[in-house]
Amino acid sequence: MTEAEEFHDTPAFGTDPSSSPVAVGPDLVVPEEALEAAEEMGGGPSGGEAQSTGGIGVQIVRTFWEHKLAVVSLAVLILMILFCWVGPLIYHTQQANQNLVLVNPTNAPPGGQFPLGTTQTGFDELGRIMYGGKVSLTVGLLSALVATVMGVVYGAVAGFFGRWLDALMMRFVDIVLSIPLLFLLIALVTIFKSSEGLLIFVIAGVSWLVPARLVRGETLSLRTREYVQAVRGMGGRGGRIIGRHIIPNAVGTIVVFATFQVATSILILAALGFLGFGVPAPATDWGSMLSNAIAAAGNGWWWEFYPVGICIVLVVIAFNFIGDALRDALEVRTQRR
Amino acid sequence: MVGYLARRFLQAIVVVLGVVLIVFLLSRMIPGGEARAVLGERASPQAIARFNRVQGFDQPIWLQFWHYVIGLPQLKLGYSYKFTQPVWSIISTRLPKTLVLVGTAVVLALVVAVPLGVIQVVRRHKPTDYVLTGFSFILFAMPAFFLGTLLIILFSFDLKLLPVSPPSGASPFAMWTDPKAFIMPVLTLAAVSIATFSRYMRSSLLDAMAEDYIRTARAKGASNKRVLFGHALRNALIPIITLLGLTLPVIVSGAVITEDVFNYPGMGLLVVNAAENTDIPLVLGTTLVITVATVIGSLIADILYVLVDPRIRYGGSF
Repeated sequence: MTEAEEFHDTPAFGTDPSSSPVAVGPDLVVPEEALEAAEEMGGGPSGGEAQSTGGIGVQIVRTFWEHKLAVVSLAVLILMILFCWVGPLIYHTQQANQNLVLVNPTNAPPGGQFPLGTTQTGFDELGRIMYGGKVSLTVGLLSALVATVMGVVYGAVAGFFGRWLDALMMRFVDIVLSIPLLFLLIALVTIFKSSEGLLIFVIAGVSWLVPARLVRGETLSLRTREYVQAVRGMGGRGGRIIGRHIIPNAVGTIVVFATFQVATSILILAALGFLGFGVPAPATDWGSMLSNAIAAAGNGWWWEFYPVGICIVLVVIAFNFIGDALRDALEVRTQRR
Repeated sequence: MVGYLARRFLQAIVVVLGVVLIVFLLSRMIPGGEARAVLGERASPQAIARFNRVQGFDQPIWLQFWHYVIGLPQLKLGYSYKFTQPVWSIISTRLPKTLVLVGTAVVLALVVAVPLGVIQVVRRHKPTDYVLTGFSFILFAMPAFFLGTLLIILFSFDLKLLPVSPPSGASPFAMWTDPKAFIMPVLTLAAVSIATFSRYMRSSLLDAMAEDYIRTARAKGASNKRVLFGHALRNALIPIITLLGLTLPVIVSGAVITEDVFNYPGMGLLVVNAAENTDIPLVLGTTLVITVATVIGSLIADILYVLVDPRIRYGGSF
């Protein structure tokens, strides 16, 4: 092996360089021919035989499983979701009462009745993190979902119909993308008053542009494929080609994007919350909690600041690692096409 | 090359016009209209009608847009009823502050990230590489407001080394007279870019190392150092310039958070304060001006790109 070859490496944010498409695990090496046969049978848009898609599915899971950090991240996420949704069922706290100051001590240190202390308004911190986490995760997941669906449809339509429609639609994407995100978000949140439902759509409304570009690129290359030409020859119309043939084949790109977008959406919501444009009180999100805790952190009341900050960083890192592993796992299929 | 630059310039103009249209439409989408926002919820219909007539809001929308567009070259960006000042006169003192902050952060990010990427390639798959990779992952996931507050706690509250307040003085170059107050805002803003740029630097350098011209250089007996710095690095820097142009809106966005955390009186803090007061003309004016500044910045990055890589002869459709 020459030194130049040795230098060849995985792309940015790749964590594990050992994911070659054929050697799937130490004890399982898929024979070249079998893999190609599986590709031929299962590579079709609508799934093909159950057996062959299973083969690819198993491969994807195995490649994902090799990324230990991603597996750990998945576990962290599942725990976090349980913590936010199941936690409040076990650990009951008062999170909507604005006059808690009369009942609970404020800024109480951790211990006894309050495992993570209380905030300056007397909320139980542990319960508050669950409560805010629910909002942050819901908005993050749903806005990523909405953004992905919007972007996929937009990008597929632009890429498929091409010509002036494509030029017009993509110019629009360029224009909106050139507005610094937070300025646009703040303008939108100011004009249309903030609420949890609105935040989902506002964050999605500034996030669908990137998947639109990605899917348009995929579509441009996919629409020249033989099977798309064949559908056209058989009289299939645009909507059918996009829905049944182009989008299913771009699914790898889409899933990877959506995973990273959840992390981005959570960060965007946290930023908005921090600036004071999060969900209105007494509801809260992790960003708003952090914002309220700054003065507390200066006073040495660390329990109001660090736990929630660490929650944000953990969830964001977890989604990034999972997205990385998914990219590698799904490339097994896309690279060999 | 000239053709490419001309096309790029035209594209920038189209983008700016598009942003003008979007900002205009947003300003007409205020629920209840600007009259309600200015005169209050209880304003009488007569008062609202009079306001709309005086402001020209009763004209057809295309005529309103035309008046808006021809007012822009004269910097007529609207009127802030909360500050009782024209929007531009408020923005004009804030814009230079943000330009200085963002400019310094970009330079710092490049100066730190490029060597970091090189170190990771030289020591790849060794502990140094893994530590730096982990480090950049954490920086990448760390929200700017969390990092900024951590810095304040560490350097201002605990170590008492740096002041919490922003550089004092009205001049945008107050950092020269008060450099200590400028350190933390710049660090906070540069952090995410350092993470992103160094990761791209690493992969871009690794890609360059796999190219044929590197093998040729080695075959001619060039030393490792010469191959790395003379051949690979120069080519690997080109994608970084593209990346810089593309991430500029993101960095400017980050300035909102940084300015909010450190109370730095730039465009970001202005838009936040304006939004808190629901001063919509000011919010939209700020958005428009900062976007135009960002578009110009990206244009400069693209021109640099052409200058750095003279091989590029742009032809055909782009």
